Amino acid sequence: MRVVYALWLRQIKRYTRARSRIIGAIGQPLLFLLAMGYGLGSVFKKAGGGNYMHFLVPGIMAQTVLFSAMFFGINIIFDRQFGFLKETLVTPVSRLKIMLGSALGGATTSLLQGLLVFVISLGIGFRPYNWAMLAVVILILGLLATALTSFSSGVGAFVNDFQGFQAINQFLILPLYFLSGALYPLNNVPTVLRIIADINPISYVVDALRAALINQSHYGYTKDFLVLGITVVIMVLFGVYRFRRIEA
Amino acid sequence: MGEVMAQEMIAASSLVKRFGEVTAVDNISFKVKKGEIFAFLGPNGAGKSTTIKMLTTLLQPTSGEITMDGFNVVHQQEQARKAFGIVFQDPSVDDELTAKENMWLHAVLYGVPRAEIDGRIEELLGLVELWDRRNSRVKTFSGGMKRRLEIARGLLHHPTILFLDEPTLGLDTQTRNLLWNYVKSLNKSQTMTIFFTTHYLEEAENIADNIAIIDHGKIIATGTASALMKQTKTKSLEAAYLKLTGKELRDEAASGTERLKLRYRARGGGFR
Repeated sequence: MRVVYALWLRQIKRYTRARSRIIGAIGQPLLFLLAMGYGLGSVFKKAGGGNYMHFLVPGIMAQTVLFSAMFFGINIIFDRQFGFLKETLVTPVSRLKIMLGSALGGATTSLLQGLLVFVISLGIGFRPYNWAMLAVVILILGLLATALTSFSSGVGAFVNDFQGFQAINQFLILPLYFLSGALYPLNNVPTVLRIIADINPISYVVDALRAALINQSHYGYTKDFLVLGITVVIMVLFGVYRFRRIEA
Repeated sequence: MGEVMAQEMIAASSLVKRFGEVTAVDNISFKVKKGEIFAFLGPNGAGKSTTIKMLTTLLQPTSGEITMDGFNVVHQQEQARKAFGIVFQDPSVDDELTAKENMWLHAVLYGVPRAEIDGRIEELLGLVELWDRRNSRVKTFSGGMKRRLEIARGLLHHPTILFLDEPTLGLDTQTRNLLWNYVKSLNKSQTMTIFFTTHYLEEAENIADNIAIIDHGKIIATGTASALMKQTKTKSLEAAYLKLTGKELRDEAASGTERLKLRYRARGGGFR
């Protein structure tokens, strides 16, 4: 446990020492929130959808965690490039603990960024329907972040260059995001889009967040948490499996 | 563990590593006894780094066997990893952490008893004259300071075998002397086994009990410095080395592209 803690702490320290990274990772979601929120707000209202900004906040929180956690694997590539990976790989510590400690560190920082978006959204008038549900929000974002940083570590373990990693990420992140219902309700979308959203795990995360924050759900909690739970297990297993095969 | 096995701290037998059709390490065998200082020499791309990576569990051998303090490095990885410390050829400290934080992390990874961590860190950082800079982030360090930190870190868990992969590369004479004196004293006081590579042949000549020279993935000569000089009828290890490896180069001149390919694969092959 101490080893996992030490590696977790390393990620937290690196994060808090790179302030520009915090600003950079928060900028894009905020742009989405403000531009889309104010830009489409009146149309959304006219169509009878209610307050678009409120509808959008959970989606943007999921986006923040999705983007930052999926990029966590780049740290593995950095560690390889700058040699630190070798230091961890020759230690008598299992690959599982190395992967978990780092991924949990990355998950924690991603979660913090998601919550930062929440705090900022309070500043533009967003309020959760029940403050106690914030605990559920933290749970959802934490699980999502853990799944994605584990997956991303696994990708970082076998892709050896930044370009390759970026390419894989771009290929995955944007469809996962745009086809998840983060930006629009899934109730009346064309069938093809609905089917795609139904097989996209991010849809369930966004849905669970929306349920917890604005009491509005498409799939229902049970389904949301079932899909999220399965996703976490598969992603962590993938990360561990890839990481065990790593050679420096 | 028997008496005989305990004496052999590192034993490699019929070690082979292939990257695709390129053979980076070609059937080498050697033994390093307890308390021995062993120098592993060879030109760039000869297979030194690949061998060290296999010895230190970073790469799986294609075939052959390695034991480290009696433990098989493939099947008893954890015990083998506890037995050695390594100072890598290229930096492996975390630049964003402070010197002390790097040391602490290493101590935790190796399970150094909690009560001993602070004392050891202070002692070793003092030794490499970095105690005053313990709370500075490593990215503010010069190349020589980083190197010293790596050396201190490699010694933190009191390994019985210490690998030094070109430890003095880019260090000034003062630091090189400091380093070798300390390594020699560790070797004496704790019968620590030392396995090192270097391009400074006078270091090998002065310090090593035994030397192995590797070229094109094969060990082409082994013995003490004086035995190698005698064998080649030369007056210095450098001359002996050049005679041994220089000849090989001429033999291999026709297949220069093979050599380049080998170097490329040997370096890049680890990234998968």
